Formats: sequence, structure tokens, C-alpha cells
Amino acid sequence: MTKSMTLKLDSFGKEIVKIDKPHGYYYESFRIFRKNKVAMVSMGVLILLILLAIAAPLITSFDPDKQVLSERLLSPGVKGHLFGTDEFGRDIFTRCIYGCRISLSVGIISQLIASVIGYLMGVSAGYFGKRADDVISFLIQVFSSIPFLLFAMALMYALGSGLLNLYLSLGLLSWANTARLIRGQVLTLKQQEYIQACIVNGGSSTRIIFKHLLPNCIPMLIITNTLGIPSAILTEASLSFLGLGVPSPTASWGAMISSAQTYIRTNTYYSLFPGLFIIASVMAFNMLGDGLRDALDPKLHK
Amino acid sequence: MWRYVLKRALLAVSIIFSISLITFLILNVLPGDPVAMMLGEFADANKIREVRHNMGLDLPLWQQYLQWITNLLRGDFGSSYFQKKPVLFLILQAFQYTSYLAAMAYIIALIIGLFMGIIAAVNHGSWLDRFLMSISVLGISAPSFWVAILLQIYIGLKFKIFPVSGVQTSIGYVLPAIALGTRYAASISRVTRASMMEVMGQDFIRTAYAKGLAPFRIVMVHIFRNALIPVITIIGADIGSLLTGSMITENVFNIPGIGKLLIDAINRRDIPLVQGGVIYVAAVCVIIYFIVDVLYAVVNPNIRFGEK
Repeated sequence: MTKSMTLKLDSFGKEIVKIDKPHGYYYESFRIFRKNKVAMVSMGVLILLILLAIAAPLITSFDPDKQVLSERLLSPGVKGHLFGTDEFGRDIFTRCIYGCRISLSVGIISQLIASVIGYLMGVSAGYFGKRADDVISFLIQVFSSIPFLLFAMALMYALGSGLLNLYLSLGLLSWANTARLIRGQVLTLKQQEYIQACIVNGGSSTRIIFKHLLPNCIPMLIITNTLGIPSAILTEASLSFLGLGVPSPTASWGAMISSAQTYIRTNTYYSLFPGLFIIASVMAFNMLGDGLRDALDPKLHK
Repeated sequence: MWRYVLKRALLAVSIIFSISLITFLILNVLPGDPVAMMLGEFADANKIREVRHNMGLDLPLWQQYLQWITNLLRGDFGSSYFQKKPVLFLILQAFQYTSYLAAMAYIIALIIGLFMGIIAAVNHGSWLDRFLMSISVLGISAPSFWVAILLQIYIGLKFKIFPVSGVQTSIGYVLPAIALGTRYAASISRVTRASMMEVMGQDFIRTAYAKGLAPFRIVMVHIFRNALIPVITIIGADIGSLLTGSMITENVFNIPGIGKLLIDAINRRDIPLVQGGVIYVAAVCVIIYFIVDVLYAVVNPNIRFGEK
């Protein structure tokens, strides 16, 4: 942290002492993060993917769902189709780009839901203790023993396929890890003087939970959230591959790979491209998460 | 020790009960009439009522759950609506394939992962290390069904040695096992490398070198053996995802395992089979976690004495 003093005289001849404020925690974290090349590159890849998802209609002139039966199963590069076309004559590049929308939004939103549930569960267990802790700790154990993909399948089956249901079911299934970590964090924070002081001063539980504990848990939430996204993306791809993800005409990487299965003898490239998009996004989130974990670790701050 | 085992066993049983409740709620309370879904949109109201009554679906929910769970405890999983066979029979039949595939995949993953991890750790900092670790990052990020399809295209169809569909002979398991094992090989190699590096920095390794022992012997006996504990620890955590991951690979290679059974059941809206399959796989996972927990306690006394 940098501190510097500047001495100046104001118009009345009095000394003005100016002390630069020490840089905050997040500024320090950002400084460390910026030096991490791998993390910066993955951040770049992710920004690119997000831009592709948002600006999809501007980048490609093809309609992702429009069937052109005269141009079925073209090879990459033929007739302006960068990655070729699928069995309904739809441009594969266009569908890959539109697939970003599904995968990224499922990854990000489902993990946001998981973070909210995980924070509320973890903080209630750690802060209130006693019976609440017993019940929530048990729930955490139950939800971490549940085979993730299996119950995602069951939930998607019961709720029916659809984007909103994907957000919900993946979110509902992946809060346990966050809750466990937050609980541990809150147990330590609760012992600290400023929280004790707030309790003694009669601060309400809501105030303590949201005003004092939450800001201290944000770094951990950022990390678990980012590291949860890749597994959510992979699960979404698996669900769509099995036909339990988004409904049929919508472009999704998993579903594209599933339909490419029929054409492995003739169109080898068809299954290749959506898979590369999955790998790129999953890898980028994984490495971004690792970078954030290093950057947000207060022990590494100077 | 027995206290610890008993405590863990009770926990495992209560977790299985909770999971059964969650499974029941997911498949019975959520919107949508299972019978109407099962019979399709053209079923008439009388038929639906009759089937509902036969399946006990007109009873209050808690009674249905009690009935289901007591039947489960007696080993009666109901019978499949479409295949007209007992659910448990179908599940056990399919589970053989799944567990065989999962075991093969994990053995392949262990061999490749340990080998890569040792090579990377011994040459740490070199281009070989960086190359192997980049491959492992790729392996962790690639979805197994995609790897499966690539294997079908570039090995199965090219060389005609390994079949791309079915498991009539055990050679048919090779490609699915590699596809499923890739991700675990990758994570095992990373853990092996990390824990080998940690052991390598310790004093007794320097002593071993100073004594003039053969480097190969030091790596395999002194370093590797001590580095194995964290590797064993991740095996337990992998098993659950291995079983469910196997379910997807089965669908690519057309293996009649539990994944294929469940997906077919889901597509045909065969509720008793879906419900039975989900609770069976979940219970197997919990029981395996329990066994692994107990084994750790046997190996590592810190755990059992750490617990109150």
C-alpha cells in the first residue's frame, strides 16, 4: 500500500497535509490479477465469447434456426459457411455463436442463483448456530452427496426442457459447496471484535448479515461462483446432449454434438466445432477462477 | 473406531433417506401429471384415472411416499411400465455394464494420470512439464461425450479394431473407457504432480540423494509412495461423477448400462423406472462415499480421533 504525504501552503499560509488514501483491497487484487498472464488471456477469451453471444446477429448474416434444405451438410468453407452446415442446412458457425448465449447464460445465472442460496444457507448456519446449523449442515451433506448430473436429469425431466428450468435446476443443485465455505468463513468472522461489538450494540441480525458479513464473504463468493460456472456449462452441454436441455430448434453446443453423432462417417467436422467452443469456455472460466483465487487471497497482498 | 464407523453409517443412512425424499418430491410434486405424460396426449380421462388408481397415485402424497419407501426397503422397486419387468431386475442387469465401464475407465485414468504426473513432476519447469500440464487442462475441460465422438471418428472408424457401438466383446469397452477416463486421468495427473513436488522438497529426499541411492528408486519408492495419499483422497470424490459420467458415455457407444436405461425410461416417461434408477444410483454413490470415509479413517488415525 502506498502512502505519500504532500506539504502545501493554502492561501492563509496554513499547512495542508494531504495523505493519499491507501489502495483498497480490490485495487490490490486487480493489480495482482493484471500481472497473471494466463488469467488475463482467459478473461480476454471470455469477453470475446460474451461479445459473440451479444452481437451474434451482427457477426453473421445467417439465421440460426432457418432451414435451407438445398444446402444440407456442406463442408466447411463451402458457399460462405465457415464451419459448413448441418443436416437442415443451417450454418454451423452461426449456431455455435448463438450457442454461446445458452451456455454462458446457464453457467453465469445458475451459479448466481447457487451463490444466493449458498450465502443465505451458509450465513444462517454459521451465524445462528445451534439447530439451524445442525439442519443446514445436514442439508449441505445431502446436497453434496447427490450425483449432480443424475439429479439435473431428474429435475429437467420433471420441470420440462427450457432455459429458465436449466437456470433453476442447476442453481438448486450446486449451492452446497458455497454454503459450506461461507459457513466456515462466518464462524471465524463471528469471533472478530467488530462483529461482537455490533451484536452488543444491538445491531439486528439482518444488518449484521448483509452489512457486515456479506462484504467479507464477497471474495469467496466471486471465486466459488467463477469456479462453479465450468461445471454448470459442462452439465448443460450433457443435458442438451441427452435431449433434456433447451427445446429442439434452439442452438446449443451439447445438442449440436448430439445431432452430429449421426454423421460421424460423412461429416467429421460437424461435431468438432461445438466441442471446441465448449472447451474454450470451460477452460477460460477454470483459469480465470484460478487467477481470481490467487488475486483475491489477502495473504498475497503486499 | 467402531463409534466412528457407526456414526458414519447412521449419517449415510439418513442421507439416503433424504435423497429418497428429494427424488420422490422432484418426480411427484412438481407440475405435470406423470400418468398423463406417461400415457401420451391422446389418453382418455377414464384410462388416466384407472392407471392413477392402480399406481396408488390417488392417495395423499405422504402415504404414497411411505408406500414407496417401505416397498423399496423390501427390495420391491415396482415394475417398469413399458418393459413389464421388475425395476430392480432391469437396474441390476444394466448396472453390471455401468460399473464395469466405470472401473475400466478409472483403471485407465489411474495408469495414464499417475504416469503423466510423475513425468511432469520429475521434469518440472521443463517444456515437457508444461506440455503435459496443458494437455491435462484440455482433458479436464473437454466433455466426455465429445471425446467419445472424436475417438469414434479418428480411431474407431479409421482403424476398425475397436467397435464404435455395442459391447458384444470386451474390446468394445476400450474406446468408451478412454473417453470416460480422460477427465479423471487429467485431474489425477495434476494432483500427482502437485503432491510429488511437495514431497520432493523435503529433507529426507535430499538425504536419499546424498546417500547415493539410484534416482529411479528415489522417485518411485521415496517420493511416489509418499505422494500417493492426496491421490487416493480424490478417488473417493471421483466415484459419484464417474458413475453418472458413465451414463452419458453409454449413450454414445450404445452400451445397455444404467444411463441408457434411464434415458430410455425418461424418453418413454416410465416413472417407476426413472424413480428407481435415480434412487439406486444415488444410494450406491452414498454407500461408496461411506466406505471410502471408513477406509480413510483406517489409514489415517487423525481423522477418527479428530471427530468428537
